[in-house]
Amino acid sequence: MVERDPALQTMLVVDKLSKKFGDFTAVDELSFEVDAGEVIGLLGPNGSGKTTTIRMLLGLLSPTSGTAFLLGHDIRTQAESIRSKVGYMSQRFALYDELTADENLRFYAGVYGADTPGRVEEVLAAVELSSAASLRAGDLPIGWRQRLALGVAIIHRPVFVFLDEPTSGVDPIARRLFWNRIYELADQGVTALVSTHHMDEAEYCQRVGIMRRGRLLALDTPSGLKQSALLGEAWDVYAEPLLRGLQAVQTAPGVYRATLASDHLRAIVESGQAAENLGSALRAEGLKEVRLERVQPTLEDVFLALASD
Amino acid sequence: MELLIDGRDLRHAYDALQAVDGVDLRVAAGEIVALLGPDGAGKTTLMRLVCGALRLQTGEIRLCGIDLRAHPDQARANLGYLPQQFSLYQELTVLENLRFFAEVRGVPASEWAPRAMEILDFVGLGEFADRRAGALSGGMRQKLGLAAALVHRPKVLLMDEPTGGVDPVTRQSFWQLLIRLLEDGVGVLISTPYMDEAARAQRVMFLSRGRVLAEGSPRELRAGLAGRVLELGASPLRAAGKVAAQDPEVEDVQAMGDRFHLRVAAGRLTEVERRLGEALRSAGCVVTSVRAVEPSLEDVYVHLLQAVSPAEAMSSAHG
Repeated sequence: MVERDPALQTMLVVDKLSKKFGDFTAVDELSFEVDAGEVIGLLGPNGSGKTTTIRMLLGLLSPTSGTAFLLGHDIRTQAESIRSKVGYMSQRFALYDELTADENLRFYAGVYGADTPGRVEEVLAAVELSSAASLRAGDLPIGWRQRLALGVAIIHRPVFVFLDEPTSGVDPIARRLFWNRIYELADQGVTALVSTHHMDEAEYCQRVGIMRRGRLLALDTPSGLKQSALLGEAWDVYAEPLLRGLQAVQTAPGVYRATLASDHLRAIVESGQAAENLGSALRAEGLKEVRLERVQPTLEDVFLALASD
Repeated sequence: MELLIDGRDLRHAYDALQAVDGVDLRVAAGEIVALLGPDGAGKTTLMRLVCGALRLQTGEIRLCGIDLRAHPDQARANLGYLPQQFSLYQELTVLENLRFFAEVRGVPASEWAPRAMEILDFVGLGEFADRRAGALSGGMRQKLGLAAALVHRPKVLLMDEPTGGVDPVTRQSFWQLLIRLLEDGVGVLISTPYMDEAARAQRVMFLSRGRVLAEGSPRELRAGLAGRVLELGASPLRAAGKVAAQDPEVEDVQAMGDRFHLRVAAGRLTEVERRLGEALRSAGCVVTSVRAVEPSLEDVYVHLLQAVSPAEAMSSAHG
């Protein structure tokens, strides 16, 4: 775990938060804290409890047990106070396709009572859509729509924003434009909690919580997760023919997991044993052109290691 | 190696929108090829052209050597297709669903039952044959979708974004199934917006606006940027990024959560690394790590996209 700066204000404290729907435990004793200006991610597949967590934190859904305090307010009893101070961008953005970008923002500014002079123009600039102000939301490319939805979520100057799967379906450049806006908000002290099922996207977060089946399996920086949460080492294995190599590696001693990765194999191997065990297993099968490379683990490697415990 | 999909000069326009704009697409037996691109890049349109759901406007496609335009039924007999949104009959059991798909695919009545069980065992649903499809978990539904696409033993399998949002554990076992299909000589074409998923394919085609920006094995694609990516960890992080962006030989600064990826001019890595260390120190930043890293597929894709639209590149690097 990284050391957190004690001088920073804690914006969110989640303590053993749980939600059951009948027999199904959607969120299972979730506990974590978030500091001011942090960009924190919840990474997990569909159904792992990310959106349910966000809905509880927004006060839209009451927890079965546990507590959470957002900006010092109890989510169970003070939802009204919370909602005026937080922003929320849902998976299905609430944009009016018939209205222009500018009109969408003006509408929501009115709803939140935030229609002070210049605010809409300021937000358009902040999400890099000034040049698109008079275009219909429905005509905007998806990456621009995502930034407009972000603009809607921050129109009332929230200090904490929830972003639920914000950048699905865009290319890396559009995603990066979006994330640069998040980082700028963070620099201004806005805290962001982002849910994603996207390993690539989780890499953008300062800290990532890995969720599965309602439980938080680990929470750390992406680098920290790769260093500490993964037992063993990641190796790329080149051998011909590949599929026979896969069988040999899967049954070699000390191999936790092996899979096909493009034109090579990827193996998670007990620390210190890899080169020797893998090499001899492959040579014993008579495979040619064996080459082994120690590589950086990915967040998916981490996820799989945590999920198999 | 035998070409199972051989598409040449494929184009498709929806009115004024050129969704696929001159793509050559080849998939060999025992190979997984990934179409990688964002929404609107043309992935699904290409898939629909290959499976014959959309009529070819130009070009030609041969499936297992058979011309799709001239002999659509014969050509498509060799094809299994798992669409992004596939429908199952919620009220029918797993086995009944499979029977339905087998009949649609013209599998003889005498053959469907043993084959269905064989395929259910293959995808790990053998013991759930009598469960209602509506009562399956997401991962099991995915596997039943795969079983339905395989029920007539196709030589070519098309999968449109098969594992988005699926539990990585399920995704892992899904890929293990694909590998076994490869051993039998099946060719697989998948579409995906995810770099990490594309990285598993033997060959990746980067698509943007209906065109192929680059094509090759992930290793070949990465090799184009070898020795040009620096990872930088420093504090305060954002200030360090601004310092890095000012270096004349840093072409691109990509913020990651707790670090940056910097793309450096060709052959200048050592020089930039040294110079950057000094610049950061004199700006009062503490450097926690600076090292050359293997370029990721995302680094490669961003580089390619910037080459086709440099204006966006500037605003994303320095905006």
